[in-house]
Order: sequence, then C-alpha cells, then structure tokens
Amino acid sequence: MTESAAGSVTFPTARESRFDPPAVLVRSAQENPIRPMTYADGHEGWLVTGFALARAVLADLRFSNLPDLAHSPISTQMGERRRKRRPGFFLGMDPPEHTRYRRLLTGQFTVRRMKRLEPWIETITAERLDAMELEGPPTDLVRSFALPIPSLVICELLGVPYSDRDRFQRDSRTLLRLDSTVEEAEAAINDLTDYLRDLVRHKRARPADDLISGMLEGGELNDEEMAGISVLLLVAGHETTANMIALGTFALLSNPSQLAAVRDDPSVTDSTVEELLRYLTIVHLGPIRCALEDVELGGQLIRAGQSVTISLSAANRDGERFEDPGTLDVTRPPSGHLSFGHGVHQCLGQQLARTEMSVAYPALLRRFPNLSLAIPPEEVPMRTNMAIYGVDRLPVTW
Amino acid sequence: MKIKADTEICIGAGMCVLTAPEVFDQSEDDGTVVLLDPDPPAAQEAAVRRAVQLCPSGALSNS
Ligand code: HEM
Ligand code: SF4
Repeated sequence: MTESAAGSVTFPTARESRFDPPAVLVRSAQENPIRPMTYADGHEGWLVTGFALARAVLADLRFSNLPDLAHSPISTQMGERRRKRRPGFFLGMDPPEHTRYRRLLTGQFTVRRMKRLEPWIETITAERLDAMELEGPPTDLVRSFALPIPSLVICELLGVPYSDRDRFQRDSRTLLRLDSTVEEAEAAINDLTDYLRDLVRHKRARPADDLISGMLEGGELNDEEMAGISVLLLVAGHETTANMIALGTFALLSNPSQLAAVRDDPSVTDSTVEELLRYLTIVHLGPIRCALEDVELGGQLIRAGQSVTISLSAANRDGERFEDPGTLDVTRPPSGHLSFGHGVHQCLGQQLARTEMSVAYPALLRRFPNLSLAIPPEEVPMRTNMAIYGVDRLPVTW
Repeated sequence: MKIKADTEICIGAGMCVLTAPEVFDQSEDDGTVVLLDPDPPAAQEAAVRRAVQLCPSGALSNS
C-alpha cells in the first residue's frame, strides 16, 4: 500500500504469506477502518477494512451495486469489464429490480432444501474418492476432487450437462482471471451466455426436473434474463466452492493438529466450515459499492458518486471483532463472518456451499488419514491473479 | 421476548433458520422467513438475539 501526501492509499494486493491477507490491510482494520483510497483510474474513493463498517456499508441501500457506477481499485481492465449491465445478472442490480430476481430463486436455496441434498452430495463425494483410490497417488486434488464436486452439483441442480464442462470451466476461468484482456473476458461471457441461452430454449421446449426448467415454468422471465441468471449461478456456483475445498485442505495440511480434529471429531465439522470461510476469505478483492447520495460513515463523509471498496479479508481479521484473528481455530464458536458478504446480495448459494464443504473435508480426511502434500508447500501455485483466491493445483499423496 | 419478521425485505439467506431453527423456518415457495414462534421462550432468547443480529437484510427485530 503506497500512501500519498494527502493520506490516500492504493489497494494492496501483495501477500506476505499464503493464508493471510496483505499485512497492511489487516492492520488497517483496527487503525484506519475507513480511509481514502485512489482507484486504478485515478478516482478518489474509499477503502473499508473494519468489520463493523464493512457490515454497515453492505447493509445500506444508499450504496449501489450497479456495475457502471463503480470504479475498480486495481487494473483498469478489470474496471472496464465491470461496467456493463446484463439482463438477469442480479448481482449487479439494486432493489427493487434485484429483489424481483432474488425472490424467484430463494425458494430453491433454503436451508431445508440444501440439507435434503446432503445424501446425494455424499454419494458424489464418495465416487470421487473411489476414483482417486483407483488411480492411486499422487494426484492433483483440484482436478480430482475440489473442482468436480461443486461442478457436478451445480450442473445437476441447474440441469446443465456435466459433459460440457470443458467449455464453461474455461470460460469461467477467463472471466475470473484479473489479467484477461477486456476482449478475452467479453468473448468468454458471450460464449457462456450463448451456451446457456441455447440450453434455456431447449428446456422451454422440453422441460426436465431441474432449476432452469422450474424457473421457466413461472413464465415470468424471457430467454435473455434466464441466460443471465444461469451464467451467474454456474460461475458463482463452482469456482468459489472449489477454491474453498482445495485451499481449505491446504490450510488443514499446514496445521496438523487442526486437521486431526476435523478428521476424528464430527462435532467440529460445522465450526470448521465457518472458520475456514473466515480465515481464508477467498473473495479477497471487494466487493465494491458506489454511494448514491452523501453518506457519513465512521466519521468520514462519503460523497455521492464515490466508490467504496469493502475488504472482506481485512474485516474477517479485525481484532475488534475476533479474538486472535490470525489463528486458524476449527473449534472457534461461529459468530458471523463476512465471507458470504452481507445485506441484500449476501450469497444466494451459501447453504449449498456449506453443505458441500461439510461433506467434503471430513470425507477426504477419513478416506485418506495420511493425506499429505506431494510437493513442498512453498511450491504450491497460489491464485493471486484471480478474483477468487485459491490454489491452481494441489498435488497430494497418501 | 417478542419477535417480528418483515417478509417484504427478507432475502431468504437462511441465517435465522441456521441459528434458531425452533423459532424460524423458510417458506417453500419464495424462501422468505416464516415465524414459527413469535413469542419464543426464555431458553431461545440467546439464539434469537443472535439470529436478529446475523440477519443480512434487517428483516428481524425483537422487543
Ligand atoms: C464457499 C463458496 C462461496 C463463497 C465464498 C461465496 C461468496 C459470495 C459473496 C461474497 C457474495 C456477495 C458479493 C457482493 O456482495 O458483491 C456472493 C453472492 C452470490 N453468490 Fe456466492 N459464494 C460461494 C458459493 C456460491 C454458490 C455455491 C452459489 C450458487 C449456487 C453462489 C451464488 C451466488 C449468487 C447468485 C450471488 C449473488 C447474490 C445477489 O446478488 O443477491 N455462491 N457469494
Ligand atoms: S436471516 Fe433474515 S434475510 Fe435471511 S431468511 Fe432469515 S429473515 Fe430472511
């Protein structure tokens, strides 16, 4: 983080260690929970790192999530890419427009529905473990376990053929890469939208027992909106959870006593999931909101039109909120973290992600009690250039 | 303790159901909050307070 004479900083991205956010960002949470920040295009906006203020901004509807209003804290390419509004892409909408889409979906993602999927997720997980055993060690855990589970789950839920995964996984990787050019990202999202629009049309003609067919039944949404919603669900639904499973396993392998607790004591599963979400905060570069009017916050005046970047990573390490925040403690009583965001955009898929993680970690560690890294930890390639943090590969043996 | 839930602003995130399952449920239709017990017993008080605090949309209030 470089500081100008006026006290304005730029957004820090360089991490000193693999599981911790940049140290300046963490320090900021207590020392400067809100501070002026210069954005990549020169815009003078704000950086929020304190837990209480982060929560306040995300809950406050005077801050908009319309993509064309926001400036980007890092590389202008990413900034350019954020700017377009797309039909059905409700993450980039404000209430009441946002509410209309979200309402059509929340019934599909209730706690009860997601719990009902648990036996099926257990089966998928066991099948992946069988395949790993058959293939024998070593293996890349991302390719053989962490990515297939959420991919299979979201494909099955939406009714997207898993056999098409090469196409949509390549596109979503391009979308989430921070160094993709504007053209590359545009081509990827257009390709994904084309693919899902075709699928939607097909399902309109021949409905099946899946979420896309179910939403079409209501008859409220046109093909463009349905394609946009499906893109959002498909991309948000597998890259995130995949990174949590792989990075979470890496964190446990680096903390053997914590790993043993997760493997041997089923009563810590739920708190493990919450603690890994908090400790790793894989949505590590935002979110970004824009003030629609002047707002006073934490003793500062945010002017209408100014962008505010909320660092979920820093907020989840705020010492005011969490005791010993830099320590991974799988027995920490869950007390609410910000890894799924907060406010009206709080993650729609959170109960699904929780179910997937609470099945995956213990099942993996129980099947392979001697699981270990197959390469030195410092050689594991970290995803520093992605909008969602994680590992590119995790070679493991047992 | 009395508890109120505003289904107009609820976004169906389900934090309340996770935190105090005996007091909150979610509708099968649109996922919004359903109050199972608007006047929960003292034993539920701590869990309910936490649910109110965790709710991301501000749909819950207690008195
Ligand atoms: C561990 C895994 C996950 C993490 C850490 C995560 C994180 C997040 C965060 C931080 C947001 C809020 C973004 C903002 O406020 O700007 C969000 C929104 C969203 N997530 Fe997730 N997510 C995960 C898994 C999933 C899954 C499995 C699905 C799909 C089924 C999903 C679908 C969505 C959608 C649709 C939104 C937009 C909600 C809205 O705008 O109302 N996510 N997620
Ligand atoms: S926690 Fe709040 S937003 Fe979520 S379901 Fe309950 S009342 Fe609705």
